[in-house]
Amino acid sequence: MNNDIFKLGGLEFNSRLLTGTGKYADDSVIPDVCEASGSQIITVALRRVDLESDTGNVMDFIPKHMQLLPNTSGARTAEEAVRIARLAKAMGCGDWIKIEVISDNKYLLPDGYETAKATEILAKEGFVVLPYVNADLYIARSLVDAGAAAVMPLGAPIGTNRGLKTREMVRILIDEIDLPIIVDAGIGRPSEACEAMEMGADACLVNTAIATASDPIMMAKAFGRAVKAGREAYLSGPGAKHSHAKASSPLTGFLHEG
Amino acid sequence: MSFYPICAEYNDAPLAEQFGSVTEHDVRRALNKTTLSPEDFLALLSPAAIPFLEEMAAKASQLTLQHFGRTIQLFTPLYMANFCTNKCVYCGFNTKNNIPRSQLGPDELEKEAKAIAATGLKHLLILTGDARAKSSPEYIESAVEILRKHFPSVSIEIYAMTKEEYARQVEAGVDGMTMFQETYNEELYPDLHPAGPKADYRFRLDAPERACKAGMRVVNIGALLGLDEWQHDALKTGIHAAYLQDKYPEVDIAVSLPRIRTHVGDAFTPKSLVSDTALVQNMLALRIFLPRCGITISTREAPDFRENILPLGVTRMSAGVSTEVGGHTGEDEDKVSQFDISDERSVDEMCEVLKKHGYQPVFKDWHPLQEAS
Repeated sequence: MNNDIFKLGGLEFNSRLLTGTGKYADDSVIPDVCEASGSQIITVALRRVDLESDTGNVMDFIPKHMQLLPNTSGARTAEEAVRIARLAKAMGCGDWIKIEVISDNKYLLPDGYETAKATEILAKEGFVVLPYVNADLYIARSLVDAGAAAVMPLGAPIGTNRGLKTREMVRILIDEIDLPIIVDAGIGRPSEACEAMEMGADACLVNTAIATASDPIMMAKAFGRAVKAGREAYLSGPGAKHSHAKASSPLTGFLHEG
Repeated sequence: MSFYPICAEYNDAPLAEQFGSVTEHDVRRALNKTTLSPEDFLALLSPAAIPFLEEMAAKASQLTLQHFGRTIQLFTPLYMANFCTNKCVYCGFNTKNNIPRSQLGPDELEKEAKAIAATGLKHLLILTGDARAKSSPEYIESAVEILRKHFPSVSIEIYAMTKEEYARQVEAGVDGMTMFQETYNEELYPDLHPAGPKADYRFRLDAPERACKAGMRVVNIGALLGLDEWQHDALKTGIHAAYLQDKYPEVDIAVSLPRIRTHVGDAFTPKSLVSDTALVQNMLALRIFLPRCGITISTREAPDFRENILPLGVTRMSAGVSTEVGGHTGEDEDKVSQFDISDERSVDEMCEVLKKHGYQPVFKDWHPLQEAS
């Protein structure tokens, strides 16, 4: 396990849990959340970043060792996502970008076509692009072609805490896509993150479930452990499941008797 | 397509009867659903739902936490002008009222902007009276140019515009608009708005949709509760918001819940008194009906009440408010406010209060995609 390095965007990480910065009652809890979860990658909405603020800025609370992953929350088209990514870079937020293109405020479902367009443009400009998309094989393939650094399929709509509703589609992406698969959105409980990792997902991004917990720090710790446990289970190759009991003395055993 | 025919159906419906015939069973069914129909929303606004307020509160609170977290976005209004050609019977800016009228010029605007920006606020709502000759679309655009140097988000609450005029405001850097229909009751509307451009019920009703079509990011609507039976306007406001949300999914639709307040001029008696319970019921029903809809509460409400309703669905609050033209720099003693406010706390005080209740005051929640010139 010590050698189980998570490689993403040309960098290496020990943790496979990505965290977020939204929805907290107080941003000052973020460093403790990062520490408790063990997370090394954190996403932040550029729309919330205020580098000139005297009244507090979310960036002040992000530990220096964390890899910053600005996101394009608020973008409704590829063009807007590209502009936000460039603004983020110009503001000193680095060249990693999580693409969120959402033009449906009711369900907050990502627009795969616009996401792929933005991914292609930004990847060509040298960004490390992590696109948030529906768990769809065709979209995922187009993202591979577009130069994405990973694919981030949703487990359920953003913020719903409804768990891994897209389980079978995520499984197909894990099997078919030769990029890290980071399950993003919808995961509400550590057991669900654990399940995604057990299936073979490379990482999970969790925000709402941690930020809206009564004790975000304890929940962050639980998620950190769950992601590790799931990863270990995956690496250890769990035994096959069977729908019926397996007799220890098989009925056809006599065929192999000398 | 327009909301008008849908609204007309509700205006023609025997709403008092419908509200009166809701049963306990109807309320329970609505509360147990994930996706509510307009009929379910009506049930939650009915007298039959009053015994269920605590259950509604629990559900509304959970939905708000899930979708918005423990955050409240703060903004403040900036009154740029109070010249008005309307005769709205309930408004302090009524053209018949003999009050000092003024309009901020570029230098005064800059001063006001600096005074507000010093509080840390980043979201600004600009208001004018309904006087196109004075506060023309060009005047608004040039004001936005000045204000955008200080605020990443500038919204407008002005007279109803054409789609092309809204598009020009968007181009100038406006990202949100607020439009109060005041009352959706088409029969009552002319009595309350006897003269002036605002007398055009239909043009005003369709304004939010024109703004959506013009590319506005945030569209905030509402009725002035108390002008008509509150349940009736609450129902039509929610249906209007749902219509916009369905038709323009790319736009953030929000609803304000103002209650009628006293003002300068003739005494005006509201048709219905909107109690605290009624306002809370409206908010809870709206949140359960439209889980992702923004809900704005202004300083018309008293401090204690504003604090008590924090977990019940609120997402945006005004703070450090003055409803007078140039009220943020406080240099003119003759200023007249549009209405009296109840919560006069400063931005700093509001922040402390929010933190005390476990909420993060959000100052900035938008970054313009075109930089201010």
